Amino acid sequence: MTPLRDRYRRRAPGEPRAVGYLYVLPALALYGAFLLYPFGQSVWLSLLHWDGLTQATWAGFGNYTDLFTDPNLRASFVHALVLLLFYAALPVAIGLLLAAVMSRIRVRGMTFFRTVLFLPQVLAMVVVGVAWRSILAPDGLLNDTLKAVGLGSLTRAWLGDYDWALPAVGAVGTWVGTGLCMVLFLAGAQRIPRELYEAARIDGAGAVREFLSVTLPGLRAVIAVALTLTIVAGLRNFDLIYITTSGGPGNSTSVPAYEVYHRAFETNQVGSAAAVGVALTVLIFALTVTVSRLVEGRRS
Amino acid sequence: MRPRTGTRRDRRSVLPATLVAGLTLLAAGCVPGTDGSQAGPAAGAGSTAVPDPARAGNVTLTVWDQETRGGTNGEIEQLNKEFEKKYPNVRINRVSRSFSDLKTTLKLAISGNNPPDVVQANQGYPDMVSFVQAGLLAPLDTYAGIYDWNTRYPTTLLNLNRVSTDGRRFGTGRLYGISQTGEFVGVYYNKDVLAKAGVKPPETWGEFTASLGTLKKKGELPVQFGNLDKYPAIHTFGVLQDQLGGAQARDTVLGRGRGFDNAYTKDAAATLADWVKKGYLPKGANGLGYDDAAKKFAGGDGAYLITGTWLQADLKKAMDGRLGLIPPPPAKAGTTPMTTGGQGLAWSISSRSKHPEVAAAYLGFITSTHAADVMTEHGVLPALPGRAAARIDPESSEGQMIAGWRRLTAGDGLVPYLDYATPSFYDTTSKALQDLIAGHSDPEKFAASLQKDYGSFMKKQRGGNTAGSK
Repeated sequence: MTPLRDRYRRRAPGEPRAVGYLYVLPALALYGAFLLYPFGQSVWLSLLHWDGLTQATWAGFGNYTDLFTDPNLRASFVHALVLLLFYAALPVAIGLLLAAVMSRIRVRGMTFFRTVLFLPQVLAMVVVGVAWRSILAPDGLLNDTLKAVGLGSLTRAWLGDYDWALPAVGAVGTWVGTGLCMVLFLAGAQRIPRELYEAARIDGAGAVREFLSVTLPGLRAVIAVALTLTIVAGLRNFDLIYITTSGGPGNSTSVPAYEVYHRAFETNQVGSAAAVGVALTVLIFALTVTVSRLVEGRRS
Repeated sequence: MRPRTGTRRDRRSVLPATLVAGLTLLAAGCVPGTDGSQAGPAAGAGSTAVPDPARAGNVTLTVWDQETRGGTNGEIEQLNKEFEKKYPNVRINRVSRSFSDLKTTLKLAISGNNPPDVVQANQGYPDMVSFVQAGLLAPLDTYAGIYDWNTRYPTTLLNLNRVSTDGRRFGTGRLYGISQTGEFVGVYYNKDVLAKAGVKPPETWGEFTASLGTLKKKGELPVQFGNLDKYPAIHTFGVLQDQLGGAQARDTVLGRGRGFDNAYTKDAAATLADWVKKGYLPKGANGLGYDDAAKKFAGGDGAYLITGTWLQADLKKAMDGRLGLIPPPPAKAGTTPMTTGGQGLAWSISSRSKHPEVAAAYLGFITSTHAADVMTEHGVLPALPGRAAARIDPESSEGQMIAGWRRLTAGDGLVPYLDYATPSFYDTTSKALQDLIAGHSDPEKFAASLQKDYGSFMKKQRGGNTAGSK
């Protein structure tokens, strides 16, 4: 009896079984061939000095120590972290605000506003870059508008200004990311049980209290998703920089993803480019794990 | 609209290529790279007979070029057709990409198992020199005799396509490519704007600089300029530096000069900073795109525009008779002007081409006197202007361009692009110039940062360190 029961137990539904690996094998093979293997290659390349053509030489961790000693590379990572404020923090904050307002107040033509706010997400980054480059030009739309409302003293060559180029590029990222966050939050808010809101109102909660006590906790998981998506997008940001400033003026807007391209294809430093890429991957991984632990509250 | 510098011309539509190239790159073998030993027998080595493609049997010649723009595209298409007609046994498989797409994929293609026969290689360290170092290009010295390149081309132009036998120095040694077109950074002017301010087109550098103040006083923008794309200032600075020490600057770029820690470099930088301060250049130039600046100039905003001949056709379309173009005027009227310039990308032959003779005949064909006339008909400036060039109205901007080119090549007035100087010089110079224009630096600091890059590269060159990368 006992062995039979054991056997039965072993086959209980939901128990891990070796045959499970067979099911994931096709996906794993694809993942391995197109992601893990190339990533392994990158790691290998990052340990070499290679110009892409002639015999590579061993570099050890030289390319990695450069990340800390080369002021240009160090700066690019600092810029990326500053940009996260614009790419992740602001869109999430603004998205939350918009979602809170939109789910509370019924506005005529809501679909229209939602679509408009989401539109930047649909556009190709290249299109966004080209459009904003002309908006931020010395006599572009932004400066014209400032002049028209009597704020001519604020006008500047936004993308050519050492202090303002990075925030200007960041603002474009905010513009792109906000719509996505808002749509995620609106969808998430609909899944919060109505009873909670009713209970809060019966208890006499105002709009702010209701937002803090009901909406925000209810959206916790969605906020984690939104943060993860925007952080990854922010750190991978290449096209926008490439189109608008190519890292300038000076190198005040250079970011790691741009450095990868620049080094691999323009200055023949493939090893260094791979090292930047690997470091960027590690950074993205670390940040997303942190987000899912802190915000989502996942422990495992 | 084509920015032509050593490193970068067209910055659009590079993403897909980058991804593909990146994946291919990652899929490459273990310790990557070649030691240069795979270079085949030098193409044409030992043979002095004129190659005859007609006897080569059925041949498909794969050609990678970056002549995607109106004039140059049309000219190459026509020449390819004519070549195929002349040799019916030869089929040309043309792969044409924008400059930046070519730059990102060429390295992989030419080092792959099935390299193209003919490629357009960019002069300087990052491309041509590293290709030669890896043994991927065939020397063309024999053909230079057969097709009379040695006698027809000015030495300065040929030298830019030379790489030393050890594959490390640029500007000397064996010939690894031949260019079809010429280009120089000139001074465009708007005849209407000058006339309104009562300024005559300048004939000397003194007249030119004096006119800037006059124009400013009359309320005109003296020099239109946009440096958001980083490279345009290299050309502007090059022109200023060439007026003070052109010959020395040329030696420096070719790796045999004194570098950048000198009075003429600092004075040129001071002049540029001074132009910004006096408002001769537009405010916020670092935030204005190159194409946008050209558009503004064409629209009458700005009396002068200092940029390359690659813009002539586009500007003429917009301005027609109002457009003038001269090389930067020399110190004394009638003497040879000095300016930044050179030639189009070099046409080179892969060392592993199966049909080097046919490839050589193709290069001979597209650089012939007949080809020069075809280029002129398409509005392209040939490196060696032919008979058709003589028929162009000398008063037109195109005629001025050809006349300017003749003066520059005859009098040895061309100084190569500064960013050829070291592998990282494009970055160094463009950054230093943006700093200078924004007032974040001064001529001393500017010269020091250029010299630091140049000095360390020269030290490495002399040190005999042949490590693959820096």
